[in-house]
Amino acid sequence: MSKKFYLYSALIAFIIVAPFAFPDFKTQLATVWLMIIVALTWDMTGGQMGYNSLGNITFYGTGMYVAAVVAIALVYDVGEYNNAFGGGIYVFTNQQYFLGLILGTVAAGLFCSLIAVVIGFITFGLRGPYFAIGTLGVAIAAGELVSNWDWVGGGQGIALPVFPGDYDVGKVMFYFLFAGTGVILFVFAKWLYSTRFGAAINAIRDDEEKAEAMGIHTLQYKLAAWAIAAFFVGVAGAISAFQLIHFEPLETAYQTINLGIFMVVCVLLGGAGTLWGPVVGAILFHVFKEVTWNYLLGWQWVALGALIVVTVVYFQGGVVGWVMDKYPQWFGLSRVAEDVSEDEQS
Amino acid sequence: MEQFVSNFGLLLEFPVVNLKIVLDGIMIGALFALAAYGLALVWGVMNVKNLAQGDFVIGGGYICWWLTQMGVPALIGVPVAFILMAGIGWIIYILMIRPILDRDLFTTLLATFGLAIIMAQLLNLLFGSDTQSVDLGYDTLYFLDGFIDVPIAKLLGVLMAGALALGVILFMKFSRMGQAIRATAQDARAARVLGINTDKVYAFTWSLNAAICGAAGAIIVMVWVIQPFYGITHSVRAFVIVTAAGLGNLPGVIAAGLGIGVLEQYGAHIFGIGYQQAIAVILLLLVLIYRLSQQRRVRQSLR
Repeated sequence: MSKKFYLYSALIAFIIVAPFAFPDFKTQLATVWLMIIVALTWDMTGGQMGYNSLGNITFYGTGMYVAAVVAIALVYDVGEYNNAFGGGIYVFTNQQYFLGLILGTVAAGLFCSLIAVVIGFITFGLRGPYFAIGTLGVAIAAGELVSNWDWVGGGQGIALPVFPGDYDVGKVMFYFLFAGTGVILFVFAKWLYSTRFGAAINAIRDDEEKAEAMGIHTLQYKLAAWAIAAFFVGVAGAISAFQLIHFEPLETAYQTINLGIFMVVCVLLGGAGTLWGPVVGAILFHVFKEVTWNYLLGWQWVALGALIVVTVVYFQGGVVGWVMDKYPQWFGLSRVAEDVSEDEQS
Repeated sequence: MEQFVSNFGLLLEFPVVNLKIVLDGIMIGALFALAAYGLALVWGVMNVKNLAQGDFVIGGGYICWWLTQMGVPALIGVPVAFILMAGIGWIIYILMIRPILDRDLFTTLLATFGLAIIMAQLLNLLFGSDTQSVDLGYDTLYFLDGFIDVPIAKLLGVLMAGALALGVILFMKFSRMGQAIRATAQDARAARVLGINTDKVYAFTWSLNAAICGAAGAIIVMVWVIQPFYGITHSVRAFVIVTAAGLGNLPGVIAAGLGIGVLEQYGAHIFGIGYQQAIAVILLLLVLIYRLSQQRRVRQSLR
C-alpha cells in the first residue's frame, strides 16, 4: 500500500462525505464537479492536443437539449409539450422520470460525440486561433438557431419535470451524478494520457506536421479526442438540464461567454496540459466566482474579465505549472528535464 | 418557413426593394469596413487577433452618445471619440498587450476576449443596458416615389467614414510613422536593425486601431443603435471581413465590408432581425470553410 493509495482513498472518501458534511453547499459542490468535468474535457483538446476550442459549450447545450427532448419524447409529443411550456397537464411518473434521465443522458453523450465528429471534420483543418474562432462561431450559431426553433421551445427554452421525491434527496443525487461522471472522466483521462493515444495527441500539439510525417493519422486522433471530450460534456449538460429543471437557449444552454469561457479560464488558472491542473483550476475558479458574485455584486463580471486577463497575461503556467516549476521533485522530475515535464507526471 | 419564402418573393416582385437593401447595406458596411481595417492593421503588424475590436467600436459610440447628453454637438463626438479611444488603447497596450506580444496566438485571443468582457461590462455599469442612438435631426431624402429613403445622417456617416479611411491610408503611405509601421509589418527584426523603435510602433498601431474603432463607433451611434453587448457581433463581423479579404488587402477589406453589410441586410429582410447575429456568425463559418478548401487545394498540389 503506497502513499498514493491512501491519498486517493482519502480523496474518494472526501468526495462521498462532502455533500453530507456541508449540507448547505450541495448545489455548489455539484457545480464544482461540473466545472471540473468541462475543464478536464477542454484540456483534452486544448492542453494536451493544442487545439484551443472556444466552442465546447456547443456540446453542453446540445447535451441539455438532447436529454430533454429524449426524456419528453418517451412520454409526450415534444412540440405540444414545449408549446404548453411545462403546463400542469403533463405528468411524469417516477419510472418515466428516471428512464428519461438515464436514456437522455446516454443519448446526449452519444449525440454530442457524433456532432463533434461532424463539426471536427470541418473545423480541424483550421489551425491555432482560426480553430478557436471557428468553434466559437459554431457555438454562437448553434445557440441562435436553437433559440429560433419553436419545436424545442424557441427562446423560452424547455421546462423539464421536477425530481420526484424529496428536494434534498434530489440535490444529493445530482451531486453524485456529477461526481461520478467527474471521477470516471478523471480516471479515464489519467489512463488515456498514459497510452499511445496520449502520446499521439501530445505529438500533435508539439508539431503537427512532424507527427503526420511520423505516420500518425492526425485527423483521426483529433476527431477521437474531441469526440471523447464531447461525450463527457454532453453527459454533464444532460445532468445539468435535469438539475436546473428549466433552461433556455442563450443564457443557460449555449452560454458562450459564461461557461464556454469559464472552462478555458479554469484550465489556464490550474495549468494547461497537466492532469491535475484543470481540477485545481476549476475549484479555485469556482471559489473566486462565488466570492465575487456574493461580495462584488454588479462588478462581478468586471472582476472575472480581470481574472482572465491577469491569468492569461501574467500567470501563464497556472497553479500546477507554477508548483511543478518550483518543486519538480514532487512530480518525479528533475529541474533540468524541461521537455519531459508535460508527459511524465502522474 | 412560409414567411421566409414570402419575404423572398417580395424581393422578386418589387425589384426596387433590392435597391433599398443594397443601399442600406453599403451605408452600414462602410462602417464595418472601417473597424475591419483596424483589425487588419493590428493583425498584420503585431500579429494580435483582437477580439475586443467590437467593444472599442461600442466604446467610441458611448463616448459620442455621452457627449451629446452633455449638450455637445454630435459631430464633435467623432474626433473626441477618436482621441479618447487612442488614449484608452495606449493604456491597454501598456497593461496587457505588450506582455503577451511574443506569446502564442491563442493567448492573445483569450486575453483580448477577457478585455472584451471587461469593456462590455464596464459600459453596462456606466450607461445601462438600453440601446442608445443619437438623432442628428436631419431630413430624409426620398427617391422613386418614396420607395427608397436615404437619411442624410447616414449619407453623412458614409462620407465621414470615407474621409477617415482616406486619412488613415494617406497617413500610412506618406508619414514617417506610417512607413515605420509598414516596415515593421514586413519584417520586425529587420526594422529593429534599421533603427525603428518597434515597441513604439506597436504601441502606436494599437492606439491607432482603437482610435479608428472609436471614430467608427461614434458614427455608428448616429446612424444606427449601440448597446453594451453589441461589441461581440462587431468583432465577429470584423473577423469575417478580414478573413475573407486577407491581410494587407485594402480594396478587399472595403469590398468585403460592403459585401457583408449588404448580405446582412438581405438576411435581416428574409429571415427577420432576430437572426442578425446568427447570420454574421454563419458567414464567418462559410468564409473559414472556403479558406480551408483553398488550403486543401494547396496541400494537394504539394503532394
